[in-house]
Amino acid sequence: MTEAKVATKKPRLPDEHGVPDPFQYMHPVMKKNYGNWAYHDRPRPGVLHHVSKSGDEIWTVRAGTQRQMDVYTIRDLCDIADTQGDGFVRFTTRSNIEFMVGSFEKVPAIIKALGEKGYPVGGTGNSVSMISHTQGWLHCDIPGTDASGVVKSLMDMMHEEFIKEEMPNRVRITTSCCQINCGGQGDIAINVQYTKPPKINHDLVANVCERPAVVARCPVAAIRPAIVNGKPSLEVDEQKCVCCGACYPPCPPMQINGADSTKIAVWVGGKHSNARSKPAFHKLVVANLPNNAPRWPEVAEVVRKILYAYKDNAKDWERMGEWIERIGWPRFFELTGLAFTKHHIDTWTGSRHNMNMSTHIHF
Amino acid sequence: MSAEETRKVHSTPNLDQLEDGPWPSFVTGLKRLRDSKGKKYAGMMNDLLGQLEHSYTNRLGYWKGGTVSVFGYGGGIIPRFSEVADKFPESKEFHTLRVQPPAGLHYTTDILRQMCDIWEEHGSGLIAFHGQSGDIMFQGTSTENTQRAFDALNDIGFDLGGAGPALRTSMSCVGHARCEVSMYDEIKAHRSVINEFLDEMHRPAFPYKFKFKFSGCPNDCVNAIHRADFAVIGTWKDDMKVDQDEVKAYVGEVGRKYMIDSVISMCPTRALSLNDDDTLEVDNKSCVRCMHCLNVMKKALSPGDERGASILIGGKRSLKVGDLMGTVVIPFLPLDTDEDYENLVELARTVMEFFAENALEHERIGETIDRIGMPAFLEAIGVNPDPNMVKHPRTSSYVRTDDFTEEAEKYFERKARTEAAE
Repeated sequence: MTEAKVATKKPRLPDEHGVPDPFQYMHPVMKKNYGNWAYHDRPRPGVLHHVSKSGDEIWTVRAGTQRQMDVYTIRDLCDIADTQGDGFVRFTTRSNIEFMVGSFEKVPAIIKALGEKGYPVGGTGNSVSMISHTQGWLHCDIPGTDASGVVKSLMDMMHEEFIKEEMPNRVRITTSCCQINCGGQGDIAINVQYTKPPKINHDLVANVCERPAVVARCPVAAIRPAIVNGKPSLEVDEQKCVCCGACYPPCPPMQINGADSTKIAVWVGGKHSNARSKPAFHKLVVANLPNNAPRWPEVAEVVRKILYAYKDNAKDWERMGEWIERIGWPRFFELTGLAFTKHHIDTWTGSRHNMNMSTHIHF
Repeated sequence: MSAEETRKVHSTPNLDQLEDGPWPSFVTGLKRLRDSKGKKYAGMMNDLLGQLEHSYTNRLGYWKGGTVSVFGYGGGIIPRFSEVADKFPESKEFHTLRVQPPAGLHYTTDILRQMCDIWEEHGSGLIAFHGQSGDIMFQGTSTENTQRAFDALNDIGFDLGGAGPALRTSMSCVGHARCEVSMYDEIKAHRSVINEFLDEMHRPAFPYKFKFKFSGCPNDCVNAIHRADFAVIGTWKDDMKVDQDEVKAYVGEVGRKYMIDSVISMCPTRALSLNDDDTLEVDNKSCVRCMHCLNVMKKALSPGDERGASILIGGKRSLKVGDLMGTVVIPFLPLDTDEDYENLVELARTVMEFFAENALEHERIGETIDRIGMPAFLEAIGVNPDPNMVKHPRTSSYVRTDDFTEEAEKYFERKARTEAAE
């Protein structure tokens, strides 16, 4: 199919297609009932049943994937869609694959085939869905850890909660391999948190880094130009430095990663949806966990504690942050067995708004 | 075949441990590519696994950026050159093509198979569905093959996404295609806006990145408020629809206590009340369209008919002032007629032009708004102040108010005009 194009010597100008038209790839029942759906229910975890105002129905089987997929995996999933389904799939925001079929009779065969190939069916309703995912050591140029490995380790631990719908509400977990936080906000967020200032290779700075841009990048104005060993370089005021790593991407000789500095922090209570409470940012609960590849057991243990404290104590429909809002932070730290320290007290701009300006005290 | 026979497979004791357990293993996938007989990428994936194992051992990354692009475009390729190429030469170049997916992330197996064939021919065989900005990420090709891979993908109707200081790839939820609470045509909005401004995506010239995201309702399944500079979130203006027979059926099913604890009491603005006959009373003027009761009682409750979107501007992640959420700039933009969608595109144009002209280098629009103040931003884009834009009016007295009376007169004039139009 592509051989003729490959032979072209001179590159041609691209066709600027932009966002492809999805109707050509959409299940015909979805196309026919576009904008005309009435309601949906879930016959079992991992299966959605949507009914349109015209009475048409469509069933969706959702399964977890490893996101970074080899072509053999993708073809396996396509084979399932072709032989057991209708040949139409889509992906969710969290990298789950969905098989849409126009008849309920096809659903059990898809579930069976996915099971045989090792793909967990679930991620719907009040489950723990797939962890939203960054790149890490596999492909990023500034990673403190590996995303795929952390996600694999945690999803192994939470597999049962993916295939069931037994949480008080949906649980959205994210990972990020540095403090830029590409993984985004989550009910639980597992993010690299650096603990040491960058180690500067002064021989390279002048040639590699645009120094004024690096100075400007620092959120606390801790970087200044300096002559070191007779060479133009940069220096860091280590009293001011908050070890965020923002200087490292524009200036790789300012190495932020290292065995003693790349640690993992866990945050809770982030929320995208506007349902009940307004969207919220996640809040720090634990820092300084070891970056313990390949299985990150210390991180998994903290996540497990938080997840099951939530599962055992939250009321139906409370998201993680809403549950904590009700029971209060003292009780959260008690129930999870985690420590509350001075580092939990915000010091960034606007931090006073995060203090308790009342006598509302939890005893 | 001799290269294959003589190739030494790197041992991967760390990565091997990620093949256990019930979740699908990316390591098993990488090994399948490494062990593919007669495939050009097998050697590349052996060295890729070697480098990844090296990272797991030393707990450091070994990729650096660079400059790789395709003819005619300035962005869309994420170049990766190995810093340990002496040890792992076959994966010394491992670039990613960011490719824009169909709006709503719909695929036929046929198009997925075509993508697999192309990426086997010109790349590593490793594809991620999808990156955090929404791109399909074709991960791992050489500088030499980047153009070939792009040409082949371009021939089947796909285009590169955004990277660097540019308009970025966008995402829209499943919406109209399969969701009963979708409040506007997400595909039409997504494609109308992004495809109008492709030049800003393919030829990066902005101060920094600019992202749109399109969610059909306030459940915000594509995380627009946190992640987008320009979030389009579906909503409705008139009363929600209540099927009282279905309400009674729901109360009968779950019980009155559960109904009160889990629906009535969880309404954030106390807009719901359960009547003595188990019907529902809704104070629609107090309802903020949070979606909770509609999410729980899917058959009984549905959105009203006067539909459109709220526009929130300025969401971003940490760098460098800390995380920002988008805040309301347009409380309600009707999205029904073609003209409504053109208005959305024009609003997008106005906001991006403001960004291009006023943001400092490496500054996201939320930071620009913080720097100059929301009133100045509103004036610049020609939008009038509205109480829905704030959590509450200012609490600081440090403001000059000598034109307050004129501003108030303008408010009353606008109000009179709106009322006359209705």
